[in-house]
Amino acid sequence: METVALHDREDQIHITGETPLKIACNKESLAGAVSQRACVFCGSRVVLYPIADALHLVHGPIGCAVYTWDIRGALSSGPELHRLSFSTDLQEMDVIFGGEKKLQAALTELIDRHAPKAAFVYSTCIVGIIGDDLEAVCRHVEEAKGIPVIPVKSEGFKGNKRAGYKAACDAMARLIGTGNTNGISRFSLNILGDFNLAGEIWMIRDYYESMGVEVVANITGDGRVDDICRAHGAALNVVQCSGSTMLLADMMEEQYGIPSLRVSYFGIEDMSEALYDIARFFQQRYPEDSEADAIMERTRALVQKEVRTLVPQLEKYRRDLAGKKAAIYVGGSFKAFSLVKAFRLVDMQVVLVGSQTGTEEDYQELEAITDPGTVIVDDSNPLELTSFLKEKGVDVFVGGVKERPIAYKLGIGFCDHNHERKEALAGFEGMLNFAREVHSSVMSPVWRFVPRKDSNLKEEAV
Amino acid sequence: MKKQHPTYTSTTNACKLCKPLGACLAFKGIEGTVPYLHGSQGCATYMRRYIISHYNEPVDIASSSLSEKHAVYGGGPNLKMGLTNVTEKYQPDMIGIATTCLTETIGDDVGMYLDEYQRECGKANNLPGFVNVSTPSYSGTHMEGFHGAIHQVISQRSKGGTATSTVNLLPGFVSSADYRLLHEIMGDFGLDCTMLPDLSATMDGPVRDTYEKIAAGGTPLAAITTMGQACATLEFGRTLRDIHSGGHYLQETFGVSLHRLGLPIGVEETDKFFQQLQTLSGRDIPAKYQAQRGRLIDAYIDGHKYVFGKKAIVYGEEDLVVGMCALLAEIGVFPVLCASGATSGKLADAIAAVTADILPRQPIIHEGMDFFEISELSRSLAPDLLVGHSKGYPLARKLDIPLVRVGFPIHDRVGGQRILHLGYSGAQHLFDTITNALVEKKQADSEVGYAYM
Repeated sequence: METVALHDREDQIHITGETPLKIACNKESLAGAVSQRACVFCGSRVVLYPIADALHLVHGPIGCAVYTWDIRGALSSGPELHRLSFSTDLQEMDVIFGGEKKLQAALTELIDRHAPKAAFVYSTCIVGIIGDDLEAVCRHVEEAKGIPVIPVKSEGFKGNKRAGYKAACDAMARLIGTGNTNGISRFSLNILGDFNLAGEIWMIRDYYESMGVEVVANITGDGRVDDICRAHGAALNVVQCSGSTMLLADMMEEQYGIPSLRVSYFGIEDMSEALYDIARFFQQRYPEDSEADAIMERTRALVQKEVRTLVPQLEKYRRDLAGKKAAIYVGGSFKAFSLVKAFRLVDMQVVLVGSQTGTEEDYQELEAITDPGTVIVDDSNPLELTSFLKEKGVDVFVGGVKERPIAYKLGIGFCDHNHERKEALAGFEGMLNFAREVHSSVMSPVWRFVPRKDSNLKEEAV
Repeated sequence: MKKQHPTYTSTTNACKLCKPLGACLAFKGIEGTVPYLHGSQGCATYMRRYIISHYNEPVDIASSSLSEKHAVYGGGPNLKMGLTNVTEKYQPDMIGIATTCLTETIGDDVGMYLDEYQRECGKANNLPGFVNVSTPSYSGTHMEGFHGAIHQVISQRSKGGTATSTVNLLPGFVSSADYRLLHEIMGDFGLDCTMLPDLSATMDGPVRDTYEKIAAGGTPLAAITTMGQACATLEFGRTLRDIHSGGHYLQETFGVSLHRLGLPIGVEETDKFFQQLQTLSGRDIPAKYQAQRGRLIDAYIDGHKYVFGKKAIVYGEEDLVVGMCALLAEIGVFPVLCASGATSGKLADAIAAVTADILPRQPIIHEGMDFFEISELSRSLAPDLLVGHSKGYPLARKLDIPLVRVGFPIHDRVGGQRILHLGYSGAQHLFDTITNALVEKKQADSEVGYAYM
């Protein structure tokens, strides 16, 4: 078999157990390698996207705005301004003479039309080159309109998606600390890094509320500007999808002394652990406080109840799925940890796992929790992925829209675990949905017709 | 009737895509070709995702993955490294390079870089062919990118020489099913044809045992080389401008006679196409198509009362809008608003050309429109249906009227690549779909709920 990796990418692939882990990551994508990554703008846009009562104006040519129109399955319980795609649609003359005037006019027009609580203005590649002064335009409109107008420094070429997360966190940090924190409970938290795909954050909020913990702001899912402004009043930041919002949590810790917990809401183990971690946090924070103990009690009861309901329901899927092989390629590696565990829960074996933006520590952890022989990849591409999928005899591939046709073209099952999905996969209920999703692909009878299963076709091919 | 279109500075929910996306689609329809974007990584990834969601096929688009220092010092070195890497991994016959707003603005001269690169690699190296097209996203739409890429492929690759009996067919951007139908039609007329591009197999292929690095199919490169020797070019597109027209180039450069037609959608536009084929081939229209035409008109008659007088809003790519208007008009549906994000300046005339003898008055026609403006205008128009791609769904939902899905992108249904628009069989499919959409709406709204019409 020919080598699948370009020479310059060989150190971005590792096999668990073979050699001590030394994986190169957090590098710029290699030119011509058909990376599955997006850009800085994408990173910012997806993190800020779910703030539903803010105006999100993309300052640039039309593409950047139109490819991110309603791209996330992030639901809102109220306003849905985030689902519209606003652009300055820069034209050649704007590029030559500068786009500031057009930006100001567009911003003013849209704020008058929609009366948003705040506005985010995203910088794109071209704006970075022509040098429009976004700060100045935003300041001017902010004064005129009396709402926060925040530039997001997300020029596409200024790094990868992670740089976009940072630009988004910088933008949100400008809102935090400006609201009134009166009346917030000592037992309170902010939810960071859950995007309320298919209503997931509502499930998570329910858990917290039934534990007796107040949610101040669900910053990145069903988000509201006013909540974010008073988020500094919370006792704790609970961070999922750490790649995107850990930076914000760090900023809040530094500035307001709010500690943070990294959690994952995927799979029974990690979901339960998240709730217990939070209960434990309050017990340590307020020792001898009977309310903290009561929170722990309620948490135990909640987890027991949920697990008791869930496990028997999972069993029917586990019976069918046991022994099947799974591959995982996702944006952030934190999700990959949970998925490895979730597959184990239904007795499936993970044979390939990778991410677009993992760090060295992330890959160390992946190596620690995967079986020997598992392939670990950073910033991979279709040719590498397909070659491993085939070599490993994978039954189901977990990824996003760009990975789907790669799996299907080889006749391999697929589960969408990216931000466009319409199924809730977080929380206890989400684990059941996840098992059902995987089951509905792996167990479909259609695979009997694909070349790799159909002996007639195979012989013909030989 | 042409009203002043509301002039907003901002764009909300655009009814167009950007130029490089169109170029990538065109390159996907050429044999052994990998599309390559000279720009930052995000462009390629976004466009891949967007195209994949329509076709459900692998779409590998390479990128120069430019970062900040390249934006400052020029993207040449990364372009060359990218080309080397694509050549090594994909072994393509050709790499189709499109620029982006970033590389256009920093002034990268891709043509010069390509010359340098080929010199540096030397003759011994087995390099693929290259075609480059300038596609700054700050002007035009994906359709200018599509036609621009076709124009560049022709002008950079085709040669003249002894005339052959081959006919060039430049259909523009249609569905994979449409390209398949065109192959069949040309074959049935006994015409030797070079169709550019050809997305029939590359974007609607079978499941495989081994991943194909580059999907099989597409216009053969050898055939592109001889396009200058063809006896005629058939080119679809009533709004196409000469500067983007491969047919125009072939006529001016090699004297290949050009026959420009509208997209053959509906009976009348398809008749014109078949008449042209009759002339070019010297053969009668094959019985198969006469039978299709007969069945289609029979179907028009069977269903005419369910559609007559209904009002439609038609939006999307200009030439598709023109074609759909031709069909709607001839079945008795009134287009009340025709809109596109593009700005050819030719939309109103093109629609008049295909509908003036049927429609008592022309619809409101707007170029450079977005969905916010379409939505605003729709309130006073009380339309019965929308005709266009998936991005009109939010409006259809708001108006509580059916959406008949045509064109690109179809992101909320399976099978977008298999929607047949062209020819008598395409018109048959569209007519049945439109009629049934209206019947279904009436049935669903009815308190009685009959199970017959």
